[in-house]
Amino acid sequence: MNRIDQRFAELKAAGRTGLIPFVTAGDPSPDGVVPLLHALVAAGADLIELGVPFSDPMADGPVIQHASERALAKGVGLEAVLGWVRAFRADDAATPIVLMGYLNPIEIHGYERFAREAADAGVDGVLLVDCPLEEAATSAAIRAAGLRQIWLAAPTTAAARLERLCGAAEGFLYYVSFAGITGAARLSVAEIESRVAAIRARARAPVAVGFGVRDAASAAAIAAFADAVVIGSALVERLAGSADAEEACARAGAFLAPIRSALDARTAHAA
Amino acid sequence: MNTDKKQRHVRGAIRVDPRQSVSKIEAMNIEKPIDFHAYPDTHGRFGPYGGVYVAETLMAPLEALTEAYLRLRGDAEFLAELDRDLEHYVGRPSPIYHAERLSAHVGGARILLKREDLNHTGAHKINNTVGQALVARRMGKTRIIAETGAGQHGVASATVAARLGLKCVVYMGAVDMERQAINVYRMKLLGAEVVPVTSGSKTLKDALNEALRDWVTNVADTFYIIGTVAGPHPYPMMVRDFNAVVGREARAQMLAEYGRLPDAITACVGGGSNAIGLFHAFLNDRAVRIVGAEAAGLGLASGHHAASLAAGRPGVLHGNRTYVICDDDGQIAETHSISAGLDYPGVGPEHAFLKDTGRAEYVGVTDDEALQAFHLLARTEGILAALESSHAVAQAIKLAREYPKDAIVLCNLSGRGDKDVHTIAQREGITL
Repeated sequence: MNRIDQRFAELKAAGRTGLIPFVTAGDPSPDGVVPLLHALVAAGADLIELGVPFSDPMADGPVIQHASERALAKGVGLEAVLGWVRAFRADDAATPIVLMGYLNPIEIHGYERFAREAADAGVDGVLLVDCPLEEAATSAAIRAAGLRQIWLAAPTTAAARLERLCGAAEGFLYYVSFAGITGAARLSVAEIESRVAAIRARARAPVAVGFGVRDAASAAAIAAFADAVVIGSALVERLAGSADAEEACARAGAFLAPIRSALDARTAHAA
Repeated sequence: MNTDKKQRHVRGAIRVDPRQSVSKIEAMNIEKPIDFHAYPDTHGRFGPYGGVYVAETLMAPLEALTEAYLRLRGDAEFLAELDRDLEHYVGRPSPIYHAERLSAHVGGARILLKREDLNHTGAHKINNTVGQALVARRMGKTRIIAETGAGQHGVASATVAARLGLKCVVYMGAVDMERQAINVYRMKLLGAEVVPVTSGSKTLKDALNEALRDWVTNVADTFYIIGTVAGPHPYPMMVRDFNAVVGREARAQMLAEYGRLPDAITACVGGGSNAIGLFHAFLNDRAVRIVGAEAAGLGLASGHHAASLAAGRPGVLHGNRTYVICDDDGQIAETHSISAGLDYPGVGPEHAFLKDTGRAEYVGVTDDEALQAFHLLARTEGILAALESSHAVAQAIKLAREYPKDAIVLCNLSGRGDKDVHTIAQREGITL
């Protein structure tokens, strides 16, 4: 069983809301990636989204753009990212890892080769930002290798497309909570709630909500109706400028702890 | 012109494998020749190129645009309005001009210039912005955004926005803003806001990223006028359609004034909008040789160039699959060209298709060759060409030498060179 499916089954059984932190691989430091991934798990991460740096991240805001630029400046590439996942897997066989990135590095690497190497390294899913459902044939080799391709739905997604997305969803469906780039601050909880409810009525896969979740309060509000909450830019911003790997791990822990507590308090309350 | 060879070369989308038996190759030759005017398909594909490689948040606005444009494309009233604007505002048709002294100097075929430099705002870019602005107005959009490299598309966008009373925001790389200060000021005079882009290499590709981000965030009232035949579907098709007037006119002018089609046609290729504009009407005229001139910068072997087709590889950038210049990890490379308008690491997907099918050739022209052509054209014809267009002139000169005197090489003079006077002076060590 794919680790993503396994983990969401466990969350459901426990009545818990999943916490999915996003970090850009290689930022703040290439040496510190593996310890950082373990620190995220220690702070309560249920899944991890690991960003593969790309020179032209057209759907990302300044925070993740800059993280990507810093990582690229340190020579981080797809092979290094797969190496870190492999190293993480040596000590953590349970926490699912989803690689998030853009098509061109994979296109150049070769889809089949990437799919084989990623599965072998212990990657569980791939979120390709610039690959909408219409281009699913492009990434067929990734799904054929047993990796889950995580599809996105947005507030602007029309009803007919949403239907198709819900039908195709595997692993989880990532609901982008507003029309914008990563890291923007707008969020209308009521609107997100009604859209997520519509998705959950149609999709068998769980629904994770991201884009604009910044702290314990916004995470808890989302947790009331989502299966998982994704926190990206706010965390990446917090990690930027850490002096060393140890400090980055400490910052990640301090940042995620109140969010984890808020999610768990909600669970306890519901129980 | 070796017509037979050309015919075989473009027949069928399947590339001939030399290991296959002769009978199989012959069987392939029976296939119907490609109808190049049938592309893209409904999914925006030119063979394996093109498509819609964008984030989910852009799918809805792109679908809305595709639907609106496909409707307007066949709307007689819209097309009549467009024709009126092209005639009375842009100044079309632009003439084809026999550059007699240049031709004599070269000593080969007759070189004809399609004078897009005579358009309002001084380049072919206005053909597209006039068209897209009309689409924007029909869609009820009140805000125009655009990306620009050299500033020509930014000026052309600011121009049409001013004329239609639309708000206009132009994204421009901080490096390009410095290189093209006059065009920045020109856009401001036209009432546009110019936003410096400081991410990545601070050039055209980053301006395009930033414009896409703006569009994702402001889709409700905003229309994104992409300036070249790249980007996600329907842009490569729509921008081509609006520029195809260049080739349609040129083809008719050739028949009317010379009673024949040219032997070869050429244009410079950055993103490729002026080139596809000229090429498109001629694509099914198999006897007409088609050559695109890319920016070879300091030379293709130097690594400092912007020749995506001549020296790049298939990849995905800015919403489409096409040839890109990137490293082995798939990171998009910084490009170099003396002309900011050709300084782009991708290229329109239709050009990628024309390259693979063999219908068009793509070759590199260096900074130095373009500059030589610039000077030669200025001295022999009294025309200051844009540095971008000077690449095409350089290629036309090379082609003219390959043909006899009675042959004709038609070159798209896509823009005028006033904007480049400072760059050229600086390069030649002259203080103005």
